[in-house]
Amino acid sequence: MNLDTWLPLLVVASSLLPGLVIFFLSESSHWLRTALNLTGAGVKLVLVGVMVWGVFHEHSYETRWTLAPGLDLVLHADTLSVLFVSLSTVLWLVTTVYAIGYLEKSPHRSRFFGFFSLCVSATVGLALAGNLFTFVIFYELLTLATYPLVAHRGTPEALRGARIYLAYTLGGGALLLVGTVWLHVLAGPAPFVEGGILHRLPAEYHAQLRVIFLLLIIGLGVKAALVPLHGWLPRAMVAPAPVSALLHAVAVVKAGAFGIVRVVYDVYGVNFADELGLLTGLGIAAAVTIIYGSIKALSQDNLKKRLAYSTVSQVSYIALGTAILGPVGTIGGIVHLVHQGIMKITLFFAAGNYAETLGIHKVSEMNGVGRRMPMTTIAFSVAALGMIGVPPVAGFVSKWYLGLGAVEAGMAAWVMPVLIVSSLLNAAYFLPVLQRAWFRNPGSAWPAEHIPAARFETTAALLWPPVVTATLALAAGLFAAAPYSPLEWAELIAQREYGL
Amino acid sequence: MTDALIWLVAMPLAAALATLLLPRHASVVVIITGVVTTLAGGILLFAVGTQGALSYEIGGWTAGLGIALRADGLSALLLLMTALVMLAASIYASAYFSKAVERARFWPLWLLLWTSLNALLLSGDLFNLYVTLELLGLSAVVLASLGGKTAAVAAALRYLLVGLLGSMLFLAGVSLIYAGYGTLDIAALAHLIEPGPVTWTALALMTAGLLLKTALFPLHFWLPPAHASAPAPVSAVLSALVVKVAFYLVLRLWLDVFAAVVTGAAANLLGVLGAGAVLWGSWRALRAERLKLLAAYSTVAQLGYLFLFFPLLQALPSGPARDAAVGGLVILALTHGFAKAGLFMAIGVIQQRCGHDSIRDLDGTAQRLPATTFAIALAGVALIGLPPSGAFLGKWQLLAGSFATGQWLWILVTVAGSLLAAAYIFRVLGHAFGHQAYPQRPVTVAREEWPALVLTAMAMVGLGLAGAPVWRLLEGGL
Amino acid sequence: MLTAQLLYGLTGCLIVALGLRTVLLHASLLHRVVAINVLGAGVFMILVAIAYRGPGVPPDPIPHALVLTGIVVAVSATALALALARRLTAEQSND
Repeated sequence: MNLDTWLPLLVVASSLLPGLVIFFLSESSHWLRTALNLTGAGVKLVLVGVMVWGVFHEHSYETRWTLAPGLDLVLHADTLSVLFVSLSTVLWLVTTVYAIGYLEKSPHRSRFFGFFSLCVSATVGLALAGNLFTFVIFYELLTLATYPLVAHRGTPEALRGARIYLAYTLGGGALLLVGTVWLHVLAGPAPFVEGGILHRLPAEYHAQLRVIFLLLIIGLGVKAALVPLHGWLPRAMVAPAPVSALLHAVAVVKAGAFGIVRVVYDVYGVNFADELGLLTGLGIAAAVTIIYGSIKALSQDNLKKRLAYSTVSQVSYIALGTAILGPVGTIGGIVHLVHQGIMKITLFFAAGNYAETLGIHKVSEMNGVGRRMPMTTIAFSVAALGMIGVPPVAGFVSKWYLGLGAVEAGMAAWVMPVLIVSSLLNAAYFLPVLQRAWFRNPGSAWPAEHIPAARFETTAALLWPPVVTATLALAAGLFAAAPYSPLEWAELIAQREYGL
Repeated sequence: MTDALIWLVAMPLAAALATLLLPRHASVVVIITGVVTTLAGGILLFAVGTQGALSYEIGGWTAGLGIALRADGLSALLLLMTALVMLAASIYASAYFSKAVERARFWPLWLLLWTSLNALLLSGDLFNLYVTLELLGLSAVVLASLGGKTAAVAAALRYLLVGLLGSMLFLAGVSLIYAGYGTLDIAALAHLIEPGPVTWTALALMTAGLLLKTALFPLHFWLPPAHASAPAPVSAVLSALVVKVAFYLVLRLWLDVFAAVVTGAAANLLGVLGAGAVLWGSWRALRAERLKLLAAYSTVAQLGYLFLFFPLLQALPSGPARDAAVGGLVILALTHGFAKAGLFMAIGVIQQRCGHDSIRDLDGTAQRLPATTFAIALAGVALIGLPPSGAFLGKWQLLAGSFATGQWLWILVTVAGSLLAAAYIFRVLGHAFGHQAYPQRPVTVAREEWPALVLTAMAMVGLGLAGAPVWRLLEGGL
Repeated sequence: MLTAQLLYGLTGCLIVALGLRTVLLHASLLHRVVAINVLGAGVFMILVAIAYRGPGVPPDPIPHALVLTGIVVAVSATALALALARRLTAEQSND
C-alpha cells in the first residue's frame, strides 16, 4: 500500500466515512456519534500532519482516478493545498466540539453531523484538488453538503435562506463549469501547476482566455462573496452558529477565495494574468467589496449579520492580495486565508455563545456582557482587534504584507487608501461593540438566560473553542516568524509560484 | 457466450408463461428470472467488451430469411441497464401490489415487456425491430392501464393510438427501405445506404414514428398523463426504459445505418426540438403540483438533452472528441434510466403511505421515510447533473462538444435546463427539512424502499465514479 | 406490368395519406382506430406492390411475410384499443 498514492484519498475519507455512518445512527446515540466525529477529526489531523511534513520536504502525494477519457479526478498535495487542508482540519475539530455543545437536545443531530462531515470532506477534497476539473466537482459537492446545514432549523426563514443560498451557489457553479469546460476544450486538462500553464497558448486565444477568466471569477466569486454576488451570505445567517462559523471561516467562503487563488496562480499564472490585464479588474472588484462590506456592517444591529458583512469585506483581502503582483502581496493574500479563518471563527463562536447562554442576538443587547462572560468576550476582543489590524494579533501581519506588497508593485496609490479606510471602518463597527461589552452597565436582565452562571460562564463545549481559536490567532501573529507558521508557509508558496 | 443472447430473450418469455400457469408462485419465478437475466446481461457485456460485437442466428437460418440477434457495446450496456432496472422494479412491484388478483394480472405482462425490451435491443434487422416495437407498445399500454381509474385508462388509450401511429409510420419507412435496397439487415444496410429521395423519405418516416414513441417535443403530449397515472413500478419502467429504447433506435438509425444520409440541417432540427423539450419540460415540471407529473415532465426534459447531442455528433469529425461525445450521450442515457426509475419508485412509496403525491403536502412524510427521501435526493441530483453523478460527465461532454464545434446555443440550453431542474428538485427536497414540532420515528420497509435507493446510488456514484469503461466499450461502435 | 406495380404503390401511398389525415384531424376515438387500420392497409398495399418482380416470375415472399405479420399485429392492437375504449366508457359512466 503505497502511502504516496493513498494519503490524499485517506484524508478525504477520514471525515467522509464517519459522516456516512452517522446518518444511520438514531438520535439518542449521543456518545457513538461524538466518538465517530472526534475520531475522524483526530485521524484527519494525524494524516494532515504527515502530509505537511512530507510536502515541506518536497514529497509528492497524488491520488489519480480516471472518470472519463481526458478527465481525471486528481487529489494532489502541494504547498497551497496543505495550507488550506490544515486550516480546515484544525478548525473542523474545534467546530465539532462547539457544535456538540451547541446542538445539545436539538432535533435531527444525526442528520446535522452527517452533513457536517460531508461538508468538511468536500472542503478537504477541494483543497486537495489537483486540477480544475476535480476542483469543480468538490465545489459543487460542497454546495450540496452545505444546503441541508443552512436549512437545518426547518423554519420558513431557514428554508428561504437556504433556497437563496442554493440559487446563488448553483448559478455560480454553472458559470464555473462552463468556464472550465471551455478551458478544457482550448487547453486540454488544466492541472494546477505553479506558474500556470496557459501562457503557452498562442495569442489568438487571449480574448477567449479573458472571457473564461471572467466566468471563472464570477463563478468562484459567488462563494467568495464578491460584491455584487454576496447576497446569499447575510441571509444564510439563519443557520445555527456552528454552521455560520464553519461556512464563513472554513468552508464555503474560503473555498471561493481559495479557488480564485488557484485560478490566478496555478492555472493562469500571476505574470500571465497580469499580461492579460486581468489583475486590475480583480483588484477593483476586491477593493469595492472590502469597502462595501465594511460600510454595510456599520448599520447592522444583529450581531451575526454584522459579522456576515465583515466576512464579505475581509475575505476580499485575499482577492486583493492575489491582484497585487509580486511575492509580498501574494504572501499577504495567502496568509490572510488562514488568519481571517481563525479570527472569524472566534467571532462567530463568541456570537453563538452570547445567543445560547444569554439569548443575545443584537449588538444593542450586549451592554456589560464582558462582566458576565469574561472569557468569551476576551476572545471576541482579541479577534476583533485582529480584524482591525492591531498588532500583535494575526490580522496585523496580513495587512502589513498587503500594504508592503502594494508599495512594491507600484499600486500603493489606490491600495493603501483602501487598506486604511477599511481598517478605520473595521474599527468603527468593532470598537463600539467592545465598548458596550466592557464599559457599559448591563440592563435589567438578559433577553433569555438559558445557561446560568456556574463555575464557568457557560458550558465547556461552548467556552473552550473560542478561547482556543483566539489563542491561535494571537499565536499566529506573535510567532509569525517561527517555522511551520502560516506566514512561513505562505512565503514558501510565494517562492514556488514566482520561481524564486 | 453468444448463448447469452438467446437467454436474454427466452428467459423472460418462458417466465411470462410460467407466471400465467403458476400464479401463486409468480413472485419467486420473477425474482429468479430477474437474477438470471441480469447475470446473462453481465456476461454479455463482459463478452462484448473482450470479443467485440456478437451475433446469433436463431434456428441457424442465415440473415435474409432468418432472425439474427446482434449485440455490440451500446446494446449490451442498455441491456444490462434494462436488466438491473427491471430486477429492482420487480422487487418493488412484489411489495407494491398487495392483492393477489392484481399480481396475477401484472406479472405476465411485466415479463412480456421485459422480453420485448431485450428482443428490441438485440434485433439485427429492421422488421424484427417493428415487431418488437409493437410488442413493447402493447404490453406497455396494458400495464399503464392497470392504474384502473378513468384517467389511467384514457391516458393508456391515447398512448396506444400514438404508439400505433408511430409503428405504422415506422413500417412504412421499413417497406420503402426494402423497396430501395432489397434487404432489411441492419449490418448490411449500413454499407449499402446512399442518399436519394427514397432513402430520405424512409428515414423521415421512421424517425417520425420513433419520435412519437420517444416523446420528443412537440410530440410529447401523451407521456405525462400516461406516466403519471400508471402504477409506480410501471411508471418507473416506462420512463426509464421504454422511451429510452425508442431513443436508442433513433441513435442506431441516425449514427449507424443512415450515417451517410444524415445532413447537418436535419441534425440541427433534432437539436432544436431537443432544446424545446429541455426548456418546456423543465418549465412544466417546475409548475407541477403532483410528484408523478413532475417526474414525467422531467423525463420529457431529460430526453431533450439526449437529442442535443445530434448536431454535435454531426459536426465533430471522427476522432477522440467525437468518441468522447458519444460516450457522454450514452452515460447520460444510462444515468437517467437508473435515476428516473429510482425516483418513480420512491414516489410510489410516498403515494402508498400518504394516499397522495401532492408536493405541497409533503412535509412530515419526507422525515418519516428517510430512505425514500434520500433516494429522491440522489435521483434529483443525478437529474440536475451535479457531480459525482454520471449525468455530470454526460453534460460535460455536451458542453465540451458545443465549445469544440462552436455551437453556443446548446450551452445556454444545457445551463438553463440544469438550473430549472435544480429549481424543481429542490422545491421537493425543501420539504424534507420542514419544521416538525415532534420529530417522528422513521420507518423503513426494505423491500419497498431499498430497490429505489440502490438504483439511484448506481446513477449517482456507480456511473459517476466507475463510468470510464463505458467509453471503452463503445469504441469502434458508432 | 410495371405500371400496375406503380399504380398499386401509389394507391397505397394515397390510402396512407387518407388514414393519416383522419388520425391527425378527427377527434372521435372510433374514427381514429379505423383510420389507423386504414393507414396500415395502405402500408400493406405498398408492401404487396414491392413484392412484384415481373410478369411470370413468382413474387418476392419476404414482403408477403411482412404483410401477414403486420396484419396480425394490427388486428391484435385494434382489439386492445376497442377493449380499452369499452373500459373507458364503462369507467366514465361510473364517475
